[in-house]
Amino acid sequence: MNFSDLLGAGILGLVFVLVFLALMVLFIVYERSHQGRPLRPIPAFERFKREIGLAVEAGKRLHITLGRGGLTGQEAGSALIGLQVLERVSRTASISDKPPVTTSGDGSLAILSQDTSRAVARSMGVESQYDPSAGRLSGLTPFAYAAGTIPVILDEQVAATIVAGHFGSEVALITDAAERNGSLTLAGSDNLSAQAVIYATAEEPLIGEELYAAGAYLNAGPAHQASLRAQDIIRWVLIIIILAGAALKLIGML
Amino acid sequence: MKISISVAIAIAFGGIVLLGYFIDAPLLRTMTDVFLQYAAILAAVALIIGLVNLFTVHWRKVARGEKGNLYSVIVLISFGITTLVVAFFGPTADWSMWIFNYIQIPIETSLMALLVVILIFASIRLVRRRMSWFTLLFIGTAVLMLLGSAPLFGVELPLLHGPNGLRALISQIPVTAGARGLLFGVALGTIATGLRILIGSDRPYGG
Repeated sequence: MNFSDLLGAGILGLVFVLVFLALMVLFIVYERSHQGRPLRPIPAFERFKREIGLAVEAGKRLHITLGRGGLTGQEAGSALIGLQVLERVSRTASISDKPPVTTSGDGSLAILSQDTSRAVARSMGVESQYDPSAGRLSGLTPFAYAAGTIPVILDEQVAATIVAGHFGSEVALITDAAERNGSLTLAGSDNLSAQAVIYATAEEPLIGEELYAAGAYLNAGPAHQASLRAQDIIRWVLIIIILAGAALKLIGML
Repeated sequence: MKISISVAIAIAFGGIVLLGYFIDAPLLRTMTDVFLQYAAILAAVALIIGLVNLFTVHWRKVARGEKGNLYSVIVLISFGITTLVVAFFGPTADWSMWIFNYIQIPIETSLMALLVVILIFASIRLVRRRMSWFTLLFIGTAVLMLLGSAPLFGVELPLLHGPNGLRALISQIPVTAGARGLLFGVALGTIATGLRILIGSDRPYGG
């Protein structure tokens, strides 16, 4: 009988989520009352923050592409991070004549990107500048989506393209177009084959969980810093459990 | 923290669905299933709205005479013809399948073939732009895996090919370990993202 059978997989999972949640809440309280320890530098985010400022000054547009993952599947996490990045970028670029443009390969993501842009415009008092066509559905199949995104990069004076969401190998078409356009490409995905392609084609690749740290690095609030710290602790606990399990198996106790 | 009605609804629904995954109670299971069905229906409606958005964006591009509007004309014509054919004959009728098999699939296959060229050029650019040990390791591994994926001019090298070859060794041990490590990080990031939404810290629904 294994550990999961002993306690019941459901209850074990629930306990895991509750411990994660408790750690996050604990660190949110801590982050609000203290200046938490600084995050390790990720050059991609530093460069990206600089690029947002330069794009606003130069009157150029920022492009965020959210991938083709739906909201009801496992791939929703990376798309939601893309929306978080959109929110931060829209806030910073709200003084620009050209608000960020968003492309996606899923209907619900297109609606949420419009909603995010509108919410930011409303909170910044510039709702009249909100343009619904800034949040677009560019295609519904992987390659149709990539093909629909390329003209946005090439035709709309894009200074930087942020690729954040669920992609397959078709992401290379998007990052290559950005490269040819001479714009900065910051890219991350939850899919492993997309990550391999992104490493080769994007100027600033985000590998593994780096994409999920975007909120913390773009100052989206204490909850983002807190969740990073909670992730670190849970990661070490899981590593210790895996190593202990392997050691117990090796000596024949499991 | 100010909590609006939309945030309260999102938290309540999210909490119930999450509990439904872990606790095997009939009422909770039924509620989870119903909520997920609602989500699927809403996603389908969102798809229709997305298609209207796609049409509107290209219509505006044509109307304003923007750069590349010829492509938008092609999109609008294709969109119109496909919608009419599928609406009139049905999605699995011969004409609908003809559009799919003889227009969409060849175009997408061509784009997939383009990826090969793009990735080769990207590898060359990568060496120029980010020359490091990691880059050399990345490209070296990619070349080794590529060479090991098929016999070289009909000859299988025992050191490279086969179940005990270098290719199998790389894909079974370092690649699997690395992939699991990356997926581990992605899974933790996904859980953290979900929990932030569940506590109302992230609100991707404009609440």
